[in-house]
Amino acid sequence: MTTPTPDTSERPSAQADPAAADRPALVIDGVTKVLGGRTIIDDLDLSIGAGELVCLLGPSGCGKTTTLRMIGGFIRPDHGQIRIAGKDVTPSPPERRPTAMVFQNYALWPHMTVFKNVAFGLKLRKLPKAEIEQRVEQALSLVNLTHHTQSHPAQISGGEQQRVALARALVLEPEVLLLDEPLSNLDAKLRVRVREDIREIQQRVGITTVFVTHDQDEALAISDRIAVMSKGRIEQYADAGTLYSMPQTRFVADFVGAMNTFDGVPGIGSVTVDGKPIPATMVTDTASEPAQLCVRPEDVRISSDGDGPLASVLREMPRGHYKEIVLAIGETEVRAFVAADFTGEQAHVVFSRVLVYRDGVLIDTRPGADSARRR
Amino acid sequence: MTTQIVRRALTALFVLLLAVFILGPLLWLALQAFSQRPSQFPAFWPKSWSLVWWHTVFHDPVLAQAIKASFIFAPVVTLVSAAICLPAAYAFSRFLFPGRRLFLVSIFAVNAFPKFGLYVALAGLFYALNLIPSFTGVVIVQLLGTIVFMTWIPSAAFAAVPRSLEEAARDAGAGPLRVFARITLPLAAPGILVALILSFLASFDEAQGTFLVGVPTYVTMPTEMYNLVGSYPPGTAAVFSILLAIPSMVLLLLVRKHVMGGYLAEGFQLR
Repeated sequence: MTTPTPDTSERPSAQADPAAADRPALVIDGVTKVLGGRTIIDDLDLSIGAGELVCLLGPSGCGKTTTLRMIGGFIRPDHGQIRIAGKDVTPSPPERRPTAMVFQNYALWPHMTVFKNVAFGLKLRKLPKAEIEQRVEQALSLVNLTHHTQSHPAQISGGEQQRVALARALVLEPEVLLLDEPLSNLDAKLRVRVREDIREIQQRVGITTVFVTHDQDEALAISDRIAVMSKGRIEQYADAGTLYSMPQTRFVADFVGAMNTFDGVPGIGSVTVDGKPIPATMVTDTASEPAQLCVRPEDVRISSDGDGPLASVLREMPRGHYKEIVLAIGETEVRAFVAADFTGEQAHVVFSRVLVYRDGVLIDTRPGADSARRR
Repeated sequence: MTTQIVRRALTALFVLLLAVFILGPLLWLALQAFSQRPSQFPAFWPKSWSLVWWHTVFHDPVLAQAIKASFIFAPVVTLVSAAICLPAAYAFSRFLFPGRRLFLVSIFAVNAFPKFGLYVALAGLFYALNLIPSFTGVVIVQLLGTIVFMTWIPSAAFAAVPRSLEEAARDAGAGPLRVFARITLPLAAPGILVALILSFLASFDEAQGTFLVGVPTYVTMPTEMYNLVGSYPPGTAAVFSILLAIPSMVLLLLVRKHVMGGYLAEGFQLR
């Protein structure tokens, strides 16, 4: 805890993985897309390292699917450039791009068998028959689907169709694999299993992958990095841990994980909410000006004695191995995750981490911290 | 209980009446075609059997010529119609262009007016263009009746092919033409087949326009029917009617088989 260091060139890159930064497999450079007078994608920059799995995460209408379709060549950007392995592919149609897409509805061709679906792209490349057979077999065994090869898509289950779609994409050995909400048509249990399968296959093949989803659980579970998108812009691009612990904007703070958000005044070692000082172990900014404060429910610590003001318990919701409770601090309601055996009507409250936002942006003035201000 | 029996009996009666109404005349025609002498109403069953009318039809050079003409015009018209309308149908299903709805509706509107009026107006134009009588003129006039089938049905068939299936093929490396040939066309094929058959039948059965534009040089089976009824023995007309009905029955049975085999909706999950 010395003097705050200014924003020097030596700051550690929050954009993770230095090896990936060396040779980006996919670069989106200042891409803009306007459709019907509405800016869908607004001067978007994104760089993905070779072998990385990156999630585009955001609510519907944030532009994540449009971005994916621009990478695949189905939509032409109005401005900007898309480079794959250093080559500009912006003017290329989908058939001339080293990308392969797994569509949300799988888009398997119903008039072809599973084998023919997977072999289609190889046949177009006029490979010898023996090699086609061998590569199709390889791709199907990679996704663990070795029988059913002579079935039509209508005759196999949704999960199997999904794997066929993945095999069809992988068999072409693309530079970049594109997945458009590939799990949204599966039921909840299967979804968790298949996403782990996808991650496992992706790592085994080492293929650069862009994965579009609106499900933050999915994104946090399988990504190397996540680009949280809103209104055609990237709000934050970081690994799951950073995204969760240091959301750079209020949007990310609210969108990823559960979060308490309230107005208050930060200070050294405490924050003031509704006139009540609450001890806080870590506060990102200590300038005592009104701000929006964000606290994760697991960072709300309660005790029957000890520090902190006394807050009354409004509601209790058992969540299995833990309990979610709602506390009233003055007029402000605060959610906390506590031990499953918690009981009581009042508790003392302490915050272990408080994130301070002004104008929707994280203010982190702690020594050695990254500059929070973006753009 | 009793009401159910009554209801069933009424249904059966209705079906029977319908059958008599539809099949009765056909049956009578069939009997006439094999009867030596035309039976006079109310006599139904022929007194003596004969193939003489079949012999007459197949050996009369005028009638044989009409049969030949019909089997030339119908395929030609169907193919020309397909060549013109299928690209239009694809455009209707895939592109939003100004006047799209207007075009679609106006194609249908042609069938909303009495055809003969249209043909008379057309005949005037064709005289001026020296198309009466001409092969081209007959093809054009028969084409009119096929356009609505050839545009609307394939258009719906193309629209039913999800765009993502085409995109997936592009993604796998196929150019637009190959995507059409390997994905879109096979998936829309049942609908296109139905349209081809209905167009063939529309052309095959067309009499009024062909009569105005083709006679006396181009006489097809339906136009020859006008002649037959007036100046041939009734038995020949019966034989001719049966010949005219055969393609319809065979082709419609084919359509039925292919429309039932609709794997179009399977396999992809649009939600």
